[in-house]
Amino acid sequence: MATPYQDRKLPAPVIYPENQPFWDAAGRGELLIPHCAACGPYWYPRPYCPHCGSDQTELKRSAGRGVVYSLSITRRAGPIAYAIAYVTLDEGVTIMTNLADCDLDSVRIGDRVEVVFKPTDGGPQVPMFRPVG
Amino acid sequence: MSIRGKAHIIGAYEHPTRLAPDKSVAQLHMECALGAVRDAGLTLGDVDGYFCAGDAPGLGALSMIEYMGIRPRHIDTTETGGSSYLIHVSHAAQAIAAGHCNVALITLAGRPRSEASSGLQPRNFGANIPDQPFEAPFGPLTINSYALVAARHMHEFGTTAEQLAWIKVAASHHAQHNPHAMLRQVLTVDEVLASPMVSDPIRRMDCCVVSDGGGALIVARPEIARTLKRPLVQIRGAGEFVKGLNGGRVDLSYSGARHSGAAAFAEAGLTPADIQYVSIYDSFTITVLMQLEDLGFCEKGQGGRFVSDGNLIAGSGRLPFNTDGGGLCSNHPANRGGITKVIEAVRQLRGEAQPAVQVPGCTFALAQGTGGQLGARHGSSTLILERV
Repeated sequence: MATPYQDRKLPAPVIYPENQPFWDAAGRGELLIPHCAACGPYWYPRPYCPHCGSDQTELKRSAGRGVVYSLSITRRAGPIAYAIAYVTLDEGVTIMTNLADCDLDSVRIGDRVEVVFKPTDGGPQVPMFRPVG
Repeated sequence: MSIRGKAHIIGAYEHPTRLAPDKSVAQLHMECALGAVRDAGLTLGDVDGYFCAGDAPGLGALSMIEYMGIRPRHIDTTETGGSSYLIHVSHAAQAIAAGHCNVALITLAGRPRSEASSGLQPRNFGANIPDQPFEAPFGPLTINSYALVAARHMHEFGTTAEQLAWIKVAASHHAQHNPHAMLRQVLTVDEVLASPMVSDPIRRMDCCVVSDGGGALIVARPEIARTLKRPLVQIRGAGEFVKGLNGGRVDLSYSGARHSGAAAFAEAGLTPADIQYVSIYDSFTITVLMQLEDLGFCEKGQGGRFVSDGNLIAGSGRLPFNTDGGGLCSNHPANRGGITKVIEAVRQLRGEAQPAVQVPGCTFALAQGTGGQLGARHGSSTLILERV
């Protein structure tokens, strides 16, 4: 069985003012991760660290590589099957995403993946991940 | 201050409907409320505390208090999805202990079956959701959030689809005795495995039903309970917790039940070995497995073995669960059937469960709720009840 990745209409992310720099970078094809000066990287982007409440935070560029933490191919919620996943980036945070540009049935938990940006319906492009190699 | 022994559940009512296109949601709440006060031997005029959650229409408590014509002096609209109503029982006991009310009414009702609403649709929790930009584009649904937990559990612990199927099979064995259950056919593991894959590894029969209906509970101070004619069901302990994605340090191997359960057992002064019956929230089969592990009924990772071979079936299994057929086979009103978990536990403690599934001499029962998305942010609530 094969379930090839297909593009579908993605709901646009709401752009809150606090996240504008993240989306500006995404538009350039760069994945940024918020870091707290004391606690290190966290997810998702917001001005205050979710681990300690500090505002000593900044966005840093991610290498955009990681491993699949979990995935599920959602087959019957619409005309196009898609793979929702959590990916643990090499920087140490785990983020919600989709798997792309592959046979979705071939991906396993633990597989290496890299970021690829995909357009949304009237919004900025968002980070998905495809198998490496 | 502990709530142990401070309040009793004196009324419990489950609406018999599973399909109600001819009734409004407010009407269903009212019918449940009337059923519960009637069960207790009281009237709506005795109610001086009211609890409801996100399924209550309009402005929630404001709309429903006016619709029902009640005059509560204490209200609480704590909203943690399907786990809300177990938290309401705990909060009602707190309010009673503090002298803020004497007779608390809790209602849940909804018509997702008539309104064609299910866990296969995009979540809509309104505007200004902080996580929306980083999740909504990727198609998160109720079902695939639970599927992400199941997939990870299989990877970490070797849990199998057959083991998860046993949970549905056990529920179906109980549902055959419930005349109101939506699915009354006894299922086999093979039949569950033959149902269509919806979101790997969750198949259609790993899911709860979509049903209209509702339920209500009455919580009151012990002095009032003792004046009534019903068996006495005391609140022995409770716990609540919200677990999320922990700022990106994601660990899907456990649920909030780890913390709500520990708190409830500590307050009750009991351990899992003392519990004779469990009502476990069963939106999906994986929901049951995770909560059983996290409550301590088996070791983490051993849930698959624990639920296999009919071990959750009343009469033959080691831990009878959801003897009404649960959400998996009987009903899941408002797509958040938490209140039904308490109602069946009360039936068991009163000795009023269906005879074929009644646990003999049931003294200690546990009810467990999980609301929201197990693979993202969810509420967990645990109640331990005692027949006195």
